[in-house]
This record gives sequence, C-alpha cells and structure tokens, in this order.
Amino acid sequence: MTAALPHRADVAVIGAGVMGLAIAYHLAARGRQRIVVLDAHYLAWGASGRNGGGVRQQWSTEMNVRLMQESIEICAHFAEEMGINVWMRRGGYLFLARTKAAAERLEKNVTLQNRCDLPTRMISLDEARALVPELETEPGPGGAVGFVAACYNPTDAIVFPWPFLWGYAQAAERRGVTIETGAPVTAIDRRGDDFVLTTPAGTLTAGRVICAAGAWSPRVARLCGGTLPDRPVRHEILSTEPLKPFLKPMVSLIESGLYVSQSLRGELVGGVSMPEESNAAGEVRLGSRLEFLTTMARGLVALMPRLGHVKVVRQWAGPYDVSPDGNPIVGPLPGLPGFYVACGFGGHGFMMAPVVARHYAAYLDGEPPHPFFTAWRADRFGPGGAAPPAADREEMIIG
Amino acid sequence: MSRKVILCRCEDVTLADVQHAVKLGRTELEEVKRYTGFGTGPCQGKECLREVACAVAEASGTEPAALAPFTARPPLVPTELGVLAAAGKARVKVRP
Repeated sequence: MTAALPHRADVAVIGAGVMGLAIAYHLAARGRQRIVVLDAHYLAWGASGRNGGGVRQQWSTEMNVRLMQESIEICAHFAEEMGINVWMRRGGYLFLARTKAAAERLEKNVTLQNRCDLPTRMISLDEARALVPELETEPGPGGAVGFVAACYNPTDAIVFPWPFLWGYAQAAERRGVTIETGAPVTAIDRRGDDFVLTTPAGTLTAGRVICAAGAWSPRVARLCGGTLPDRPVRHEILSTEPLKPFLKPMVSLIESGLYVSQSLRGELVGGVSMPEESNAAGEVRLGSRLEFLTTMARGLVALMPRLGHVKVVRQWAGPYDVSPDGNPIVGPLPGLPGFYVACGFGGHGFMMAPVVARHYAAYLDGEPPHPFFTAWRADRFGPGGAAPPAADREEMIIG
Repeated sequence: MSRKVILCRCEDVTLADVQHAVKLGRTELEEVKRYTGFGTGPCQGKECLREVACAVAEASGTEPAALAPFTARPPLVPTELGVLAAAGKARVKVRP
C-alpha cells in the first residue's frame, strides 16, 4: 500500500471493502494484471469494518440460500487458503418469532432451505432453551417477550470481519494488485472509451471501473453522470465486555430485528432495528445514538435477563446500502459502457462478498454470467429509481 | 529477563505487536487499533492510547503529536445493560 499509483489500469476498483478487494483478488488470481483498488480511507473504515460478522444461509429466496451455501464454504477455507485467522465459529443461527405470521414465514423458509439441502429445522421452545438456557421465552412482567416459534440451522457461522480484508488485500498485492488507501476519487471523466479518475494520490486512467463503494456508491456513480437508486440507512451495533463462552448460536428475533452473538473473543456483539430516519439527501451517517443503546439494552435484557449486569464497552454505526426492492445491484450501469457496480446488498454484503466476488471476477474475465447478474441487474429500476414489483423479494434482512 | 513489553493490558497487545503493525504499513492509530486490537477492551484506550501512540510514532519515524487518536466511542465508561435498559424508560425533564 506504499507503491506509487500507476497511471494506467485495465480495471480500477473503487472501494477497498471486502467486495472490492475480493473482486480484485479473484481477477488477479485469474491472471489479470494492471488492477488498482482505490479507497478514500483505510482498510475496514467502511461497512466491511463495521458489521456484526454474521455468515448465514437462512434466507427466504433460493438465490440467496444457494449463494450463501457457497459463500460459507469459502469462509470455512479462508484461513487455510489465505494464511490469516478469521476467527470463524460455526455455532448456527437461531431465529425466534413472536407472531403467527412470522412463524409461518420461518416455516416457509425452512421448507425452501431443506430443498437446498440445508439442515435447518423448526425447533420447539424447549429445544431453543436447551440451546440457549439463558433465553426468556415466556411473556413476563419485566417486559419479557414470549415466543411462538423457533428455527435453527447449526451450520451458520460468525466471523471476525477485519481479517477478511487483510487476507484479500495481502493475497491481491502478492499477485500484483495495487491498493491505494487514503485516495478518495474526486472526479471521473471520460476520455474516449477510458475513464480518468482523479485522486489526491494522482490520476489514473482505466479501461473499466468497478464501483464497490457500498453505501457511498451513488455518490461515486454521480461523479461520471451515473445514477444509482440505493440509499444509505444507518444501523448501529454494540459490543460488551468479554464473557466466558456461553452463547453457541447467533440469536435473532424476527419482529424486532434484534441479533446477538458471542465472538471468539468472548464479547457479545449485536444490534436491533431502529425506525428509519428521514434522509432525503442520502447522506451516510455514522454517529452513535443513546436511543439505540437503550433500545438494544432493553431488548437484550428482556431476551436474556441474566445479561442485566453485563457491561457495554462500545457502540458504533455503519450504513446498510439499501436498494428500492431490497435486492443487490450488480453488473454494468446502463448508459455508461465500462462502468460496473456491485452495491445495494442491504446489510448482507459482507457475508455475500466471498461468493459474489468470485463470480463477478469470472464474469469480468469473459465467462458466462452467474444468474444473479440477471436477477440483480441495474436496469430493472425505472426512472427515478422506481422498483418493479419484486417477484422474489428477500424477507430475511435483519438488523 | 523477559523482553515482552505490554502496552495494552486489556487485550495483551505488546510493543512488538505494535511495531509489527507499523512494519506492515499500518501507521494510523485507527489501523493499528484494528490490526492489534489495542484499545478495544474495557478501558477503551484510556490507559494505553498514549503509550501506543508513542510506540507507533517511534516505529514510523513521526512525531506523536502528528497522530490522530482513534474515534472515541460511547459509552464513556463501561455501563451495565440493566442500567441502560432502565434509562431508556425514564422520562427525564430538563429545566430550561
């Protein structure tokens, strides 16, 4: 990351988050050269460094279930292949539902997931308590919520997100990729078929540009007259002091969007849905709010009353990059030949990146596109970003 | 005598860990925090930020004053979930 910025690249990736780094790595691993990754900040500054590290296969659409089955296998071999510890722990994901409607959704999902050979099961509340004895599953005077249904997949996992960035970055640099951090792209101009990218580190001329800037992608696309309909939504998260290992699965509540897991370092890490703020200008907000802290604390203590004396040490925020229909936006951006996007992953870009990036690099390398390039193509949105009725809308977006 | 020098007592981060991070090009305190984990324990850097900053400055050949501290995150001190849960329910009136 100290090499001088080259003047010329075949592919310039904007955004050194997990998606951009992994695309660059896989292109280089295919023998492609002259690849440059640019980032405005340092590695792990953005959403790739701010997420909860959940890697799950329990989704409501077949596309996401199957992609995540592939992604979690990449994660499981990442440490070995890339030579870096990613602190992966396969304790499963336990979903809990309070209402009959949510329970029916879980049942429908389980049927789909079983069809994809995933061992998810609806489990009784007794079984849920056996998995997590600290759970309060009955309604109680202290505001404790009662649950009506639960499902569990033992093969879901949590990881420590940051080493994925270092692992992809190291491996990409070893294969000749230039990664320039602290280099915000301030202008993108067209020169013939090329793009000329202006940064404080110098000017880069590139044949193809891949925008993998997450919630900052609309801003990047605007630099060269492109329009993207995704919007940033602030999500917050907290970490507690480290505790003795006690919590096996990631626990997530369908209705409130609360999720909590215990990392291999022993900390509890989790978040909860907050009412979406008005944000007409689409600015990315990274400030922390007391309202989140108290909402999350109430939810956690109601869920596991024994946690009342556990101390919160840190809270922070990151942006979900949300598209109008909730599905990602990938492939060429209409009207801008040579400009590609990988954004709109709605809070699950981190866990999807290992698999999406691998297929993305194959596509850029001339192979037939994976079906997600059709399902998630950028030109499905009408003028002004209006979304068509989503035939296959993902319902399991949590947090 | 052991030459191991611990700079961050919460997370057992040593002087050698910090020097290694700098050697890999991680010269901002934010990056060193993420790479070594210093400042992410119960003290949140209140005990070790200065020591690590001095070590980073020395290893990277810059002045400690040229280094920006990492972003301070709430809460100010580790706070029990039960206290925060109760705080969320209280209606606090502030006199003008």
